[in-house]
Amino acid sequence: MALQSLDIAARSATTTPSPSARQGFEVAKLIDISKCIGCKACQVACMEWNDLRDEVGINHGVYDNPMDLTDQSWTVMRFSEVEPNGHLEWLIRKDGCMHCADPGCLKACPAPGAIVKYGNGIVDFNQENCIGCGYCITGCPFNIPRIAQKDGKAYKCTLCSDRVAVGLEPACVKTCPTGAITYGAKDDMVNHAAMRVRDLNERGFAQAGLYDPPGVGGTHVMYVLQHADQPGLYANLPQDPQIDPLVSVWKGITKPLAIAAFAAVSLAGLFHYITKGPNEVSKETEKEVE
Amino acid sequence: MQRDPRDLIRYTPSERLNHWIVGISFILLGLSGLALFHPAFWPFTLLFGGGTWTRIIHPYLGVLMALAYVIMLIRFTRLNLMTATDWQWIRRVREMVDGDDHNMPEQGKYNGGQKILFWLLFWCMLLLILSGIPLWRTWFSFPVEWVRLAAVIHSGSAAVMIGLIMVHVYAAIWTKGTIRAMWYGTVTRAWAKQHHRAWYKEATKEG
Ligand code: HEM
Ligand code: SF4
Ligand code: SF4
Repeated sequence: MALQSLDIAARSATTTPSPSARQGFEVAKLIDISKCIGCKACQVACMEWNDLRDEVGINHGVYDNPMDLTDQSWTVMRFSEVEPNGHLEWLIRKDGCMHCADPGCLKACPAPGAIVKYGNGIVDFNQENCIGCGYCITGCPFNIPRIAQKDGKAYKCTLCSDRVAVGLEPACVKTCPTGAITYGAKDDMVNHAAMRVRDLNERGFAQAGLYDPPGVGGTHVMYVLQHADQPGLYANLPQDPQIDPLVSVWKGITKPLAIAAFAAVSLAGLFHYITKGPNEVSKETEKEVE
Repeated sequence: MQRDPRDLIRYTPSERLNHWIVGISFILLGLSGLALFHPAFWPFTLLFGGGTWTRIIHPYLGVLMALAYVIMLIRFTRLNLMTATDWQWIRRVREMVDGDDHNMPEQGKYNGGQKILFWLLFWCMLLLILSGIPLWRTWFSFPVEWVRLAAVIHSGSAAVMIGLIMVHVYAAIWTKGTIRAMWYGTVTRAWAKQHHRAWYKEATKEG
């Protein structure tokens, strides 16, 4: 749904400017993995606020539940048992849409207005404009969007754009019992993260750092990682995510060029016809076969 | 349009039907595909009942076209094998485009240009059909790297093929007396003698 009170910085399959008269600022959600205890309260809050109920699955013998994002589970906790420095660490990452500044989903989407990026940085899917092609999945560097069986539409985390639009924080932020998830202006979150990183450095995590990957222009969901040099430890968080070059080729300059080529071929045909005239059977040949 | 009992049969009804199925489904595929190709063509979704229907219908039309195309391929491939004369024709194609066919070598049922087009269309068709499958998320689930590659190949080969079909259609309009071969299957003797002399000789030799 379009939110009247939010500006639109970018709109899928749209070549003219989107409504952007209001003066806003960028927001961000900061997930401090070092503070997360894996209680999944955020998963529950997300279901509650968004009225989602995933199918009850089966126990796979691990804490991950459900095992993957779905159209009903817009965020899941991913549990990794790793030994980066020779001793066991249990890393728990809250996975979901990163709200990229340069969103591959939006770039790939062919339906006008099915994906919007608000002025505040939130990337939102407007299901009423979605045609269910799945191009957003093809474009996303984080493997986030999911198409629902029920209605063939794409769904993912909205960063609670409906709450944010009326001045509330996202539901997961509100519910997190340890304060691992914080929300605010992006600048403030970056500063807050710097403080957390310093603290972690002092506690022996020399490589602690902020995950705000520049390959996608930065994100509006950021992580504080104990091992920022090895994001792959965190259930394969990409090291240097960016819109795949194939997606850029597919959605880039080649398309306007193709359209120009169609126009050129049509015009060439027209001019050929009016300069050379039709290719008719000659009078002699017609007489010969009489 | 004159219909003379001495006219030569160029296509049987079943060949014409086959070609029309491929042709109509190609046009519908092109329109529905272009709608998703670039926002400039988004209005084409209205022809199919909206964006969602466009997305749903396109691949099924693809299956129909692919099946009809395979039959067409079996029927016409032998007639489109390139010969030395065809290459001579290609070398003189400038004169032909200029509208002067006096020095063009004698052509069989298809001239060198038509045959080259046949093979270019063949490769486009193959790429389109193969790359369409990973894009079809309703039925298939391929690794995302494949889907990305398929998207590039599908949209690229579609653009090339649409351009080639424009040339194909223009050639039929330019060469008067050709389109009736696809309507009711015959061409005049004069048309055959002028444009496909070797075929003309063969088609009239029994008499
Ligand atoms: C067996 C044949 C084909 C299959 C299975 C197929 C399948 C698909 C699929 C699944 C899509 C994604 C959108 C959707 O789900 O509707 C698509 C897009 C497209 N198709 Fe096809 N298709 C076929 C043939 C063709 C042909 C012959 C053309 C050209 C006339 C064509 C042109 C396009 C274009 C231009 C797009 C949009 C690509 C883009 O978004 O950049 N397709 N096709
Ligand atoms: S993480 Fe994926 S779905 Fe979310 S904004 Fe980035 S590209 Fe889009
Ligand atoms: S599935 Fe919907 S949101 Fe995703 S690219 Fe297609 S139209 Fe856009």
